[in-house]
Amino acid sequence: MIQALLIITLIFGGCLVAQAQKSAPAAMVEVAGGTFVPLYGSNNQAVSVPGFLLDKYPVTNSEFEAFLAANQKWKKSEVKKLFADAGYLKHWAGNAEVGEEAEKLKDSPVVNVSWFVAKAYCECQGKRLPTVNEWEYAAMASETKRNAASDPGFYQRSLDWYSQPNPKYLPPVQQSFRNVYGLYGMIGLVWEWTSDYNSALIVGESRANASLDRQLFCGAGSTGASDVKNYVAFMRYAFRSSLKPNYTVTNLGFRCARNASVKVTASR
Amino acid sequence: MTRSLLSNAVMIGTMGLFGLGALTSCGTKATNAATPSSSLATDTGPLPTIEAQLTDAPLVPAPITRKKPAKVIVRLEVTEVVKKLADGVDYTFWTFGGSVPGKFIRVRQNDEVEFHLMNHPDSKNPHNIDLHAVTGPGGGASATFTAPGQETVFNFKVLNPGLYVYHCATAPVGMHIANGMYGLIMVEPEEGMEPVDKEFYIMQGDFYTKGGFGAPGLQPFDMEKALDEKPSYVVFNGSVGALTGDNAITAKVGEKVRLFVGNGGPNLVSSFHVIGEIFDKVYPEGGSNTNTNVQTTLVPAGGSAITEFKVDVPGNYVLVDHSIFRTFNKGALGMLKVEGPDNLAIYSGQTTQKIYLPEGSTVQEMPKSVSPLASVATNKDMRVDLGRTLYAQNCQACHQAEGQGIKGAFPPLAKSDFLNADVNRSIGVVAHGLEGQIKVNGEVYNSTMPKLKLTDEEIANVMTYVLNNWGNKGGEVSLDQVKKAKLSYKH
Repeated sequence: MIQALLIITLIFGGCLVAQAQKSAPAAMVEVAGGTFVPLYGSNNQAVSVPGFLLDKYPVTNSEFEAFLAANQKWKKSEVKKLFADAGYLKHWAGNAEVGEEAEKLKDSPVVNVSWFVAKAYCECQGKRLPTVNEWEYAAMASETKRNAASDPGFYQRSLDWYSQPNPKYLPPVQQSFRNVYGLYGMIGLVWEWTSDYNSALIVGESRANASLDRQLFCGAGSTGASDVKNYVAFMRYAFRSSLKPNYTVTNLGFRCARNASVKVTASR
Repeated sequence: MTRSLLSNAVMIGTMGLFGLGALTSCGTKATNAATPSSSLATDTGPLPTIEAQLTDAPLVPAPITRKKPAKVIVRLEVTEVVKKLADGVDYTFWTFGGSVPGKFIRVRQNDEVEFHLMNHPDSKNPHNIDLHAVTGPGGGASATFTAPGQETVFNFKVLNPGLYVYHCATAPVGMHIANGMYGLIMVEPEEGMEPVDKEFYIMQGDFYTKGGFGAPGLQPFDMEKALDEKPSYVVFNGSVGALTGDNAITAKVGEKVRLFVGNGGPNLVSSFHVIGEIFDKVYPEGGSNTNTNVQTTLVPAGGSAITEFKVDVPGNYVLVDHSIFRTFNKGALGMLKVEGPDNLAIYSGQTTQKIYLPEGSTVQEMPKSVSPLASVATNKDMRVDLGRTLYAQNCQACHQAEGQGIKGAFPPLAKSDFLNADVNRSIGVVAHGLEGQIKVNGEVYNSTMPKLKLTDEEIANVMTYVLNNWGNKGGEVSLDQVKKAKLSYKH
């Protein structure tokens, strides 16, 4: 049995999970389910988001180092171009280590990672990437309110952050803004991958893909949007739809999610 | 243990399957992205390839001397940078090429352009470009949607001659344009353009900051003001003062000047005017028709105009948006300095700037929110520092950058006997305004200085700045001194 498992692990380039699974539940918070109207994709209808667990912090450079130590195929030298472009972990001096900037960067969110590796990381921990709807739903929260979408102060702060260039060193995840769920850095730290990040634009019907009103360009971006004044959401949807899954970006990291029900089985 | 191994096996199996699925579906996309299309249909055979020379405003690339079309490679880099919007005011600009407006592109009708858009890895946002010179959906926007750290390429043939705006069209488009993402591309007609002596690139834009005009510090974008179309700044070439003082454009008497004028908006339409000049020729809206003898030409948001005129008389010619409050209160002011011999038959020597004084040169309606934000000076150096900004905002338009004034119209503050003889009297002038005849450095001035809505603290700062510059006697004006002087000198 164990041998068979080992073989499977080798074939699929597998991952080591034991360590991660132990620490995971403590570093997650529960986001109670509810409904909200996403900017795109629901024809202005409220969608329901079942309760789920989300990592308290985005994944940090040191956590990602630990993942690479156990999963060789995601080292810089090993990774396939198809799964991560040339900028993969370019802020790291080492092949699988942060290197000389380690002291400054160890608790900062890992960036320059592709969707593929983010997905693999989460799955290695028995987790998954959050969906766009889950992420957007959780990101609506301010320090005090679950839905702060119409709070002008919170809104302006988000807009300010999205307008600023990247800092030279991203701050440690613990120092970022904490929302009412106990999630850190949903706004103000880095953009984050989601499992279905490009679903707002990529629809199955090819003619619709080609037509301008499906794209977030010019005035056309406002057709099909539920709230044309929600610029911060526009910016997030626009950012996501500019991505391909092997892209790596200097301010794009991720955090993992898990179904609320999985927590019960995992913790017993 | 067994359970966790089992769940591992299930998970790994699932991952493997999903991974394979992802590999096939996403692999196709990656391949598409990696190969720029090189099969542009053409009936002219292979064209010579040229790398486009791009320029920052107010400069323009050299006119095109080619008689045949070419393949022109344009490389434009998008960066998000903090730069000066006005003295003491910073803003995070999103730029095509590092400054606002974006680089000037110059091509010839029927050229085939290979356009590279690079989005700097440090950018926070994805960007694209919609060139109004492109015939095709989105003007290139969909072909150039570029994540930070990526580069996209597309090809287009320039079919129509004219002066065209380009801009970023990523949602929310208004914000991308409001942050400075616009520039001009000139498509010269096949027969070329008539030669002139000087060419310049001027582009207007409106900016929406949280604080009002002049409120110091790094100012964030204000979405409500943008939606209401009420800008805090309206400027030429990306900042207050980008075309004045040392940055003024220059020409010599007798030269023919061509201005490529664009308007990025995002909201306001410009009534472009050069004080003291008449445009001999205008290409309205950047098109092929011409109009002659034009005073003010309308430049639409997302549009352009080409104006041409010969300069006959030396002096300073002020470029304005003749929606004039934008000029005096929001920054839409540039300057063309013309040097050469006088021609008294054409012009005898009165300044054209005077015309605008009665309309209210002033700060009387300045929003009150400016003052609470200002820092309070605790020593002389701070006063001089804060005073410099106040001077630029309130005094410089008339008394000039070096305090030299304008002979016959605005008295000098540099080495001013009037000022140095009695500082308290001058404080009174700043506080209460002054009308009537005075004599400064031997010259008689008879005009009006408006009462400035400055706080006592601000008066102390600006007076200290003036006293410590341009050969004046120095010293510090205190808050107390201002309060006393205001009482003793009520003009």
